[in-house]
Amino acid sequence: MNDKPAILELRNVNKSFGPIDVLHDISLRVRAGEVLCLLGDNGAGKSTLIKTLAGVHKPTSGQILMDGHPVTFTGPSDAQGRGIATVHQFGGTFPLMSIGRSFFVGVEPTKGWGPFKIYDRKRANEIAVKAVRDFGITRIDDGDRLVGGLSGGERQSLAIARAVYFGARVLILDEPTAALGVKQASHVLRIVNEAKKRGLAVIFITHQVMHAMAVGDHFAVLIRGAIAADFRRGEKSREEITDLMAGGETMADLEAQVEGYLETHEGHPPSLQVLEGPTAH
Amino acid sequence: MMDAIKSVLRRPEAGSVLSLIGVVLFFVLFGGANLVTLVGAASWVNFAANLGIVAIPVGLLMIAGELDISIGALIPAGSMTTAILTGYYGLPIAVGIAGALAVGAAVGLVNGLLTIRTSVPSLIVTLATLVAMQGVVLSASVLLTGNASVALTAPDWAKFLFGQLIGGSHQVIIVWWVVFAAIMGFVLHKTRYGNWLFAMGGDKVSARNAGIPTERMTIALFVLSAVSATFVGICQAILFNSAQVSGGMNFIFNAIVSVVVGGVLLTGGFGSVVGIFVGTITFAIVSQGIYFTQIDRNWSNLIIGVMLLLAVLMNQSFRDLALYFRPRRKQGLPREPANP
Repeated sequence: MNDKPAILELRNVNKSFGPIDVLHDISLRVRAGEVLCLLGDNGAGKSTLIKTLAGVHKPTSGQILMDGHPVTFTGPSDAQGRGIATVHQFGGTFPLMSIGRSFFVGVEPTKGWGPFKIYDRKRANEIAVKAVRDFGITRIDDGDRLVGGLSGGERQSLAIARAVYFGARVLILDEPTAALGVKQASHVLRIVNEAKKRGLAVIFITHQVMHAMAVGDHFAVLIRGAIAADFRRGEKSREEITDLMAGGETMADLEAQVEGYLETHEGHPPSLQVLEGPTAH
Repeated sequence: MMDAIKSVLRRPEAGSVLSLIGVVLFFVLFGGANLVTLVGAASWVNFAANLGIVAIPVGLLMIAGELDISIGALIPAGSMTTAILTGYYGLPIAVGIAGALAVGAAVGLVNGLLTIRTSVPSLIVTLATLVAMQGVVLSASVLLTGNASVALTAPDWAKFLFGQLIGGSHQVIIVWWVVFAAIMGFVLHKTRYGNWLFAMGGDKVSARNAGIPTERMTIALFVLSAVSATFVGICQAILFNSAQVSGGMNFIFNAIVSVVVGGVLLTGGFGSVVGIFVGTITFAIVSQGIYFTQIDRNWSNLIIGVMLLLAVLMNQSFRDLALYFRPRRKQGLPREPANP
């Protein structure tokens, strides 16, 4: 497994905004069929790291490599075009759109010709439902249902299935299990495993060690913009990680930060809050 | 049967249809209105058509998450431009019409550009252009013609197209309204552009990330609504053979009420053209149909207020119905909470 070239690799990446250094000498690699778990809190530069991977930010110094070749992303759509897909915490962001419509947003299948080209609802629904069901979410059987009516886990699964359908090779999952209950979270973890089985490289951002342990092959802990710990599955037992997290000064620090992260991330971002309205009651 | 009813209720326009039925029933049962006379009357249809041509693009903007209130100044701007160019300077009516539409397109472009280039909400942007255009129209009119009201005479073909009274009572703008609604209904619900509007109203950032040209769409929508407003102004000027700088302000709230009663979500992402169409009819019947009842006309605003509230409440519960709708649910499977 170690011989396979990494699909996506960061080499000594630094990122600063003006005088503030956010990322410090980050080196990471993720291979096909491998899950890289990234642990860290918001101030740790995790979101900056995600955005750098997704092409939103350009590194101040250092290299991003895809399949061993250095690349420069001109923007998020460039990164997407190269197969890097980011799925955010709440998955489907169009709660009032149907499954079929939101699945194909921006790339709607059409039929007919000229000015009478119409959106092919039937085909969109069929493809969308099949894509999700292939991931084991068999409860979704009608593409006309609205995304907002799905459970959190189903929404995540839909978003991941969508990314895979549109040819993603690297899947960045931003706190996919944070807002979910135990059952729903295991749902999502199963989907992550399925994506891994299909040969995708998955970058799984979480603060829940148990969730990370369940699917991760490789772990990196991010503290204040630098990688504080970096180990592979099996290199440390669960007890060791727990010890590390409980005993190490930096880890105690991390835990405090994780607490803070939980505090600040329990609520939705403002724009989502409006959209997520129906979930509030 | 229950399924059929429920699938109708899940549609965005369900609330507006029920409101319409409720209002007509109220007028017939308690106002003593004659249903046949009411339906056959031209007054509310004319009112609805003038309002509806503005309400449709305002509704589309609302679905896409924006608001345009500058239409209030663009209706007189349209009629004054036509009247000044044609009636005062004696230019051909085609020039007057083109000039008025160009004014609309220009203001729409400004609205759109300001909305996408600044972080100012479109409500404020269009409030600014609303007030500014009122000033421009009044000053230009006084400066150029020395008057706040200008007369014009339109040739027969222009009368026929824009200012005709069909059967002596129904304005030809009704035809424009129905055709416009049909086209926009097709665009919103049957083409990919419609899907883009819903996505933009749902989440603009995600929509842009999905490759939708959100900026071009926003500008196009603002131009559409401004041009539609000037079109209504042109039709009024040609119909009445004169134009005034005042008027049009009522259209702002009337259009928004029609759109919201029609089931469009104020924050965007949900709605339908049929809903806007029916919402406009409902509004028109309340404000004009009241003359056919024994109810004092002064009560009409109360009815509109109550209706607006009821319609929005209905729309909300129907939207929830749509959200948590689950067809062919397997029996025995416990239904998980929608959001743990």
